[in-house]
Amino acid sequence: MLEIKDLHATINGKEILKGINLTVKSGEVHAIMGPNGSGKSTLSNVLVGHPAYEVTKGTVTFDGKDLLSLSAADRSHEGLFLSFQYPVEIPGVSMVNFMRTAVNEQRKYRGLPALTASEFLKLMRKKREIVELDSKLANRSVNEGFSGGEKKRNEIFQMAMLEPKLSILDETDSGLDIDALRIVAEGVNKLKTPETSCIVITHYQRLLDYIKPDVVHVLYKGRIVKTAGPELALELEAKGYDWIKKELGE
Amino acid sequence: MKAEQQYIDLFSQYEAMICRNSADALNALRAKAFADFEKNGFPTRKVEKYRYMDVEKFFAPNYGLNLNRLDIPVNPYEVFKCDVPNLSTMLYFVVNDSFYVKNSPTGHLPEGVVFCGLKEAAGKYPELVKRYYGKLADTGEDGIAAFNTMFAQDGVFMYIPDSVELAKPIQLVNILRADVNFMVNRRIVIVLGKGAQAKFLVCDHAMDEVNFLSTQVIEAFVGEGASFDLYELEETHNTTVRFSNLYVYQETNSRVVLNGMTLHNGTTRNSVEVTLGGKGAEVGLYGMAIADRDEQVDNYTFIDHKVSDCTSNELFKYVLDDRAVGAFSGKVLVREGAQHTVSQQTNRNICATKEARMYTQPQLEIYADDVKCSHGATVGQLDENALFYMQQRGIPLKEARLLLMFAFVNEVIDNVRMDVLKERLHRLIEKRFRGELNKCQGCAICK
Repeated sequence: MLEIKDLHATINGKEILKGINLTVKSGEVHAIMGPNGSGKSTLSNVLVGHPAYEVTKGTVTFDGKDLLSLSAADRSHEGLFLSFQYPVEIPGVSMVNFMRTAVNEQRKYRGLPALTASEFLKLMRKKREIVELDSKLANRSVNEGFSGGEKKRNEIFQMAMLEPKLSILDETDSGLDIDALRIVAEGVNKLKTPETSCIVITHYQRLLDYIKPDVVHVLYKGRIVKTAGPELALELEAKGYDWIKKELGE
Repeated sequence: MKAEQQYIDLFSQYEAMICRNSADALNALRAKAFADFEKNGFPTRKVEKYRYMDVEKFFAPNYGLNLNRLDIPVNPYEVFKCDVPNLSTMLYFVVNDSFYVKNSPTGHLPEGVVFCGLKEAAGKYPELVKRYYGKLADTGEDGIAAFNTMFAQDGVFMYIPDSVELAKPIQLVNILRADVNFMVNRRIVIVLGKGAQAKFLVCDHAMDEVNFLSTQVIEAFVGEGASFDLYELEETHNTTVRFSNLYVYQETNSRVVLNGMTLHNGTTRNSVEVTLGGKGAEVGLYGMAIADRDEQVDNYTFIDHKVSDCTSNELFKYVLDDRAVGAFSGKVLVREGAQHTVSQQTNRNICATKEARMYTQPQLEIYADDVKCSHGATVGQLDENALFYMQQRGIPLKEARLLLMFAFVNEVIDNVRMDVLKERLHRLIEKRFRGELNKCQGCAICK
């Protein structure tokens, strides 16, 4: 589904990604871990087309298409979704209006007719239940005045609405209490199908207790330095990153 | 004093004709206005409240004036056909400065209410018109007020007696109509008695793409405990220049909402002066401007807290694109003894391009010590993070920008207390942002 080859990227002229290689197949869950500043968020931002980053080398194909040549909106239409580490507040734009525009733009891209108002509201109701999102929040402005937990739940709600093929969860567990973490993780699991994949960026094992990864990668200094099964996450939780740095001869 | 001379000459030569085609109440103030104009001329940039506007420049060209009151043939009902259910207002037309004689609004005004041409009112109710005409617009203080008082021959008179409530809002559509470059000087007098209630919507349009210059002076007297809403919507051409002075006097416990919206224009100068003259008076003063190309919008406001326990709430928002220039100058005066004043002023602006310019100047003068006053002004761009967030959800950049600009001005529309108008405004503003409202299309608000 996703194939990243020798990806280099810079921000303000500073190279952050220094040759990433990663393949994610349909139905797989990949976890990306690594110390602070290793490039995890940069990778997710580059994949969804954040304008601040510049790709200097490498290729990314998504379902056979050249992802890097698509606009940010079209990457979304193709089925790529990012759950933001820091969801943005948009005062004055209601959740309903925001989601209706997003869903109908996606439908337009795929040659489908726009949903009617009642079809749309029905869809919203159904998807809201997946993350137990309060109906009052749906009537408010996007993320405005939401608590940290509500913002993350709102991300997963949007994911449910857009039904992406590949979701990137960027530290979705940060700032969540135990109950919220469970609700969010269960939401992600409910949306899981054999055709959809997930990249989970996290610092902690506890999210991976709920969302079980097939593969775990360690990103360090802009490269993937270690790839193994789910046991790697447990080992990191117990031992930290020093042993990996030692393996690398640092 | 170059531009002034042609008007001094014009007035001297045609004074008799101007008077003959007007009414006593209006004629009575011309000599004083002329003397003030001869002395002061047009306001220059040295006059604080005209700092951002080169007034003389706009009066320098040659405009035709219809001093002899020739009938300009136009049927507004033909031009402004409403093809969807209308706003359920009492709809009236003014062509240039004349009250359209064949006005036939649906429904009836309550007994005692007067809504007609100013010249007609001055003939029928001379004492009433004399009592109010020119009482707020000080010709010695403001050059535009002097100019308008010299040349104004007609306009509109609105009178709501004590305790009368208008069930339906009154809508007035001003149409600028001429085949040559043309000047219009319009005058509106509004009187609300004790406990009266009225909503008034004024739509300004230009039918022709000739160069129009219009001056308008509105004087509104709001009686004790009365409630008055005034919505002004301008949707004219890039070749239209508008100078509008609105004066409002509020008695004890009166409630007023003023909302001026510039959707499409050429050059616009709006001045609003509100006097809170009776205890417990409350004013909400709102404004919005959407401007692109070389459009220019200049709003000056002055709120005078004369007595204690009054409240003023002010919010102005601008979205400037291309090379548009905006100015907001807002003065709030809290006089000695005006204790327990609550006053808030906010001006927020978006410059969408590097060439767009915004000048903002809040001025608070406070001479009382037990008051709650605040003000704030910002000029900025659209939030990049929000734009990216929306794009990640599949909303194309153009659409995302639109949603943000719409959200930005929405706050002003939220203060409109006519639900149907609110809805129309939403549609109209969306069209405006999408670039589908490239010029005045007639009264789109009633279409």
